[in-house]
Amino acid sequence: MTSYLLRDVRPYGEAAVDVRLVDGRIAEIGTGLGDGDGRVLDGAGAVLLPGLVDLHTHLREPGREDAETVETGTLAAALGGFTAVHAMANTDPVADTAGVVEQVWRLGREAGHCDVAPVGAVTVGLGGEQMAELGTMADSAARVRVFSDDGHCVSDASLMRRALEYVKAFDGVIAQHAQEPRLTVGAQMNEGVTSSMLGLTGWPAVAEEAIIARDCLLAAHVDSRLHVCHVSTAGSVELLRWAKGKGWNVTAEVTPHHLLLTDDLARSYDPVFKVNPPLRSQTDVDALREGLADGTIDCVATDHAPHALEDKEAEWGAALPGMTGLETALGIVALTMVETGRLTWRQVAERMSSTPARIGRLDDGPQPQGRPIAVGEPANLCLVDPASTWTVDPRATASRSRNTPFAGRELPARVVATFLRGRPTVLDGKPA
Amino acid sequence: MRRHLLSAADLSLEDATLVLDTAEELAQVSERTVKKLPTLRGRTVVNLFFEDSTRTRTSFELAAKRLSADVINFSAKGSSVSKGETLKDTALTLEAMGSDAVVIRHSWSGAPANLARWIRGSVVNAGDGTHEHPTQALLDAFTMRKRLGRIEGLAVTIVGDVLHSRVARSNVLLLSTLGADVTLVAPPTLLPVGVETWPASVSYDLDAVLPKSDVVMMLRVQRERMGPSGEKATAYFPSSREYSRRYGLDVRRALALADDAIVMHPGPMVRGMEIAPEVADGVRSTIVEQVANGVSVRMAVLYLLLGGAAPAIGAPDVGFDLAPPAPLTPPAQGRATPA
Repeated sequence: MTSYLLRDVRPYGEAAVDVRLVDGRIAEIGTGLGDGDGRVLDGAGAVLLPGLVDLHTHLREPGREDAETVETGTLAAALGGFTAVHAMANTDPVADTAGVVEQVWRLGREAGHCDVAPVGAVTVGLGGEQMAELGTMADSAARVRVFSDDGHCVSDASLMRRALEYVKAFDGVIAQHAQEPRLTVGAQMNEGVTSSMLGLTGWPAVAEEAIIARDCLLAAHVDSRLHVCHVSTAGSVELLRWAKGKGWNVTAEVTPHHLLLTDDLARSYDPVFKVNPPLRSQTDVDALREGLADGTIDCVATDHAPHALEDKEAEWGAALPGMTGLETALGIVALTMVETGRLTWRQVAERMSSTPARIGRLDDGPQPQGRPIAVGEPANLCLVDPASTWTVDPRATASRSRNTPFAGRELPARVVATFLRGRPTVLDGKPA
Repeated sequence: MRRHLLSAADLSLEDATLVLDTAEELAQVSERTVKKLPTLRGRTVVNLFFEDSTRTRTSFELAAKRLSADVINFSAKGSSVSKGETLKDTALTLEAMGSDAVVIRHSWSGAPANLARWIRGSVVNAGDGTHEHPTQALLDAFTMRKRLGRIEGLAVTIVGDVLHSRVARSNVLLLSTLGADVTLVAPPTLLPVGVETWPASVSYDLDAVLPKSDVVMMLRVQRERMGPSGEKATAYFPSSREYSRRYGLDVRRALALADDAIVMHPGPMVRGMEIAPEVADGVRSTIVEQVANGVSVRMAVLYLLLGGAAPAIGAPDVGFDLAPPAPLTPPAQGRATPA
């Protein structure tokens, strides 16, 4: 029997209690609990959250193990407070068969830092032409429920409609990377005043919004579930508000970097700020924060996208888009949403744990994630010291890549400990 | 410390005026029998050209040689760059060879800014993607000042593919610094988003603007903008004939110009499309002068960046690196004696 007593912790940032974890579950919650025979951790009033769940992680394995592996990516996730991540399908080979998704799922179990829920590709080879064997991936040991061609948009309206319909058979969801390809040929950054001055080809907001509008209508038409990846524009937030107002089954995520950074950063031509969808304007940032606060945007997802040094240390146009984000996600959300009074910690727990788990259908089954902090629930937990600040150092990351856009920034809310089914994966802010 | 010329925006009014004044003095050298000054003797200037450009490269080469600098031409073709060497590796190689200035032409916008983080010497942007071409703007300003005696208050009309033109971007920035009134004329598809925030007016009607112009600068129409073959849907305008009809400077339109107005073109020209041969070769045309002035202006830029103990013009040190390979020592001071 393994047991931990978390003394003086504040679930959801509310009243301080002691929480006892026994054999992977929350056994007891109360004040003045006896030490028992397990290890005792003094929380010193830290915030206790359910283990975070990421709907959007690139673990790069198989194929680009020089940039990230399941082992290194999930360790970075644990250090960021995550107990489950969805691994995107754009690996090499692409995760478009049961064989590849089961491999990724098994690598996650072997690494043991957090649960890995593989995302299946919607189309064969992310080619956008032929539907992949979605049902076989759903029935595999990896129990795939989220399907995405992330990095590529399922731009063919007919194919998107069929995919939305088809996944209804196993309660799946299509997570769309909304980018009209004809409007973004050669696109390098947000289209606006800055792109025009820098001579970088623009990625207009309308290219995202046109696809979101179309997909919401399609999802409503076939009565299926749509999830919109990394929403980045004020117009997208408005469209989602409209679709939700209709009662349609549409969910959306926003990344931490889109909650903080703007396209002004491209002026340095430093490709660490190149990402897809691109950093937008302050107006967009404000709308995204408001959308996340009022629930129009359901959750935060990292879009953790590690890249090897040579793929970032290049001319802007030649560099690959993407930013790492697992270890900084909670700090950025605390900075932009909690410290500004937009979200309570309970709401952060919804947007970073229970809601993404529900969208990915990880909230039930043998090893559920995103469950509330309550007696009898699995002990997937994350302990955060909201007052403790830390400075982002790209060289100190557990990720194999260093392409964080937050280097040198001071962030609040240090993750002190993470528990995966009662077992610590992180203690004292370090790998356990 | 200032040491690069990456954008025309790097130049204050004082900087820009200093370049033009210096170019005027140096232009006299080009009129001598012995067209050489010892000013940059012992300094090394590298022409790093990732895009073909005989005109600009030769101009920089001649400028550096007239100042007695050693010149290395490093072109992407036939070098290790075509074997997959990165810009950073190239930069470190040039650094190891002790280059004092790198003149870079690159197809990606921002490449000179990237390069500036990896080398100690000065970086001069000789055209990057669709971003900027500051020495072209300087030579254009020099040409205007020489022909018309001033720049402040001049009505300068820039016509054509502004969207993809690095010449237009640099000219708008520099000319506004120097006090000219710039008007951009183009079909709406060839104007960038947000152009209304630029220090320039915009018109779609060339005929309305021409009579009020002191200077008309025609930009090359990049035929590739018509869309790759079979991709007519992505073209920026319906046909070259329609483009010519609406935005070309033909003989009839040139008649609408004021008596002393001049016609400029950065080259290379598409004769018959954006400019009629009669106009290009006419008395108003400064096209050949622009080439000659290019050498003087580039001599001035190299002289002001390298000739003194510290650069006299240019952008501040960017001092930022993704992953510094090793701490770089600060640039050695006063390696050459100023003239």
